Amino acid sequence: MKINTNSNTYTILYACGVVIIVAFLLAYVSSALKAPSEANERIDQQKQILASLNLRPDKKDVEAKFKEVVVADPIVDTTGAELKADGGFNVARKEIAATNLPVYVCNVDGETKYVLPLVGKGLWGTIWGYLAINDDCETIYGAYFSHESETAGLGALIADQPFQDKFKGKKIHDGAGNYLKVVKFGAKQDNPDIECDGISGATLTINGVSSMLHDYLKMYQNYLLSKKK
Amino acid sequence: MSQLFSNANKQVFMAPLNLDHPILIQVLGICSALAVTAQLEPAIVMGLSVTVITAFSNVIISLIRKTIPNRIRIIIQLVVVAALVTIVSMILKAFAYDVSVKLSVYVGLIITNCILMGRLEAFAMMNGPWESFLDGVGNGLGYAYILVIIGAVREFFGAGTLLGITIIPQSAYDAGYVNNGMMTMPAMAMILLGCVIWAHRAINKEGTK
Repeated sequence: MKINTNSNTYTILYACGVVIIVAFLLAYVSSALKAPSEANERIDQQKQILASLNLRPDKKDVEAKFKEVVVADPIVDTTGAELKADGGFNVARKEIAATNLPVYVCNVDGETKYVLPLVGKGLWGTIWGYLAINDDCETIYGAYFSHESETAGLGALIADQPFQDKFKGKKIHDGAGNYLKVVKFGAKQDNPDIECDGISGATLTINGVSSMLHDYLKMYQNYLLSKKK
Repeated sequence: MSQLFSNANKQVFMAPLNLDHPILIQVLGICSALAVTAQLEPAIVMGLSVTVITAFSNVIISLIRKTIPNRIRIIIQLVVVAALVTIVSMILKAFAYDVSVKLSVYVGLIITNCILMGRLEAFAMMNGPWESFLDGVGNGLGYAYILVIIGAVREFFGAGTLLGITIIPQSAYDAGYVNNGMMTMPAMAMILLGCVIWAHRAINKEGTK
C-alpha cells in the first residue's frame, strides 16, 4: 500500500510522532546525565570560592579542600541578622536578594575569612565574583571574578588572576560612605585604600564591577559590622 | 565491501575536505568558526561535535527521507538536529564541563550552523544512509580542520601556548617578545580565515569546479 505522504492527516501524525519520540529521548538522556553535570556545577562553584581565598587546587582536590576550608554557610539579610545557620551554598546566583544573602565562613590557616558572593551586570551579560574578607571585616583577603560574555582580551580579563590580585589588602570602605571601587587604568588614585587599578579598554565592564561591589558591600555592611571584633 | 568504498563514495567523502569544502569554498558556518577558535581545545571539541552531529543527523534524515512529508521537511530536519545538539551539549556538560563553559552558547548554535541544514537538504534527502554518513563525516572534518588550524595559530601567537601548554619559552619573553593580544579577538580570526581561503584558492586555481 502506498501512503500519501502529502496528506494533512499524515503530516500532522508524522509531526506528532517525531516530537513525542524526541521528547522521550531528550528526557531520558537528561535524567541519565543529571548527576555528573550537577556535580560538575557544584565543583565549579567551589573552585571559584576557593579561588577568592587564593587557593587554586587541582580539579580532583577541589571538593576535599572545600570541605576542609569552609566551616559554615549562613544566610543573612541586610540588617545583619542571621536568618538560617546553613544552606547558603544552595542559594543559586539568581536568588541572591536583600533578604537572602549567603555568606561562606571559611577558615584558612587558623584565621576566619568571610566570603561574600557578588552578582552584577557587565557590558554584555552577567558578571559575578566572590570577595574574601579578613576577620577585621575590612581588609580584602582575596577576590575572584568571572563573566558570562565579556569581550575577550578586554573585559574578560576580570576573570584573570593579575586583575584579581590587585584587590588584596584593599579596604571595603573608607568609613566616610565610600565603598571599594575600580578606577580607570593608570589614573591617579585619591584614596588608594579603596581604589583598585582597572583594565585599559574595559571601562564599561569595570564600571559594572564597581557598581556590583558598591551594591553588595552595602547589603552586607551590617553583617560585617556585627562580626567585627 | 568493495561497494561501500567505491570511487563514488570516496568522492563523497573527499570532496568536502578540499574542492567542495564547506568553509573554504561554500563559506558556510563562519560564525562559530570565528567565535570558538581563540584557543585550540574548544576548537577541537567544537569540530568533533559538529562532525558527530552532521554525520548522525545525515544518517537519520537519510533513513527516514522517504517518509518525511514534503511540506514540513525543514521542520523535521531541524527537530532531528536540535535533538542531537541538545544531547551533545548535555554530554559535554557531564563529562567535559570546562570545555562546555568555554563553548557556552556555540554548542547550542550548532543547530543554526548552515553546514548542517545545507547537507541535510542537499544530500541526505536524496541519498542512502551510508553515503550520507560519509558526506556528514567529510563535511564535519572539513569544518574541524579549519577550526584546528585557526585555533592553533591564534592560541600560539595570542597566548604563547598550545592546548594550555606553554610553548614559547620564558627566555623569549625576557628578551622582549610580547604575545599578540589582537589574536585573541574575533576580528583576527576573520583575517586568518581570509588568509586560509586565499591560500586554498591560490593552490586550487586550476582545479576549481
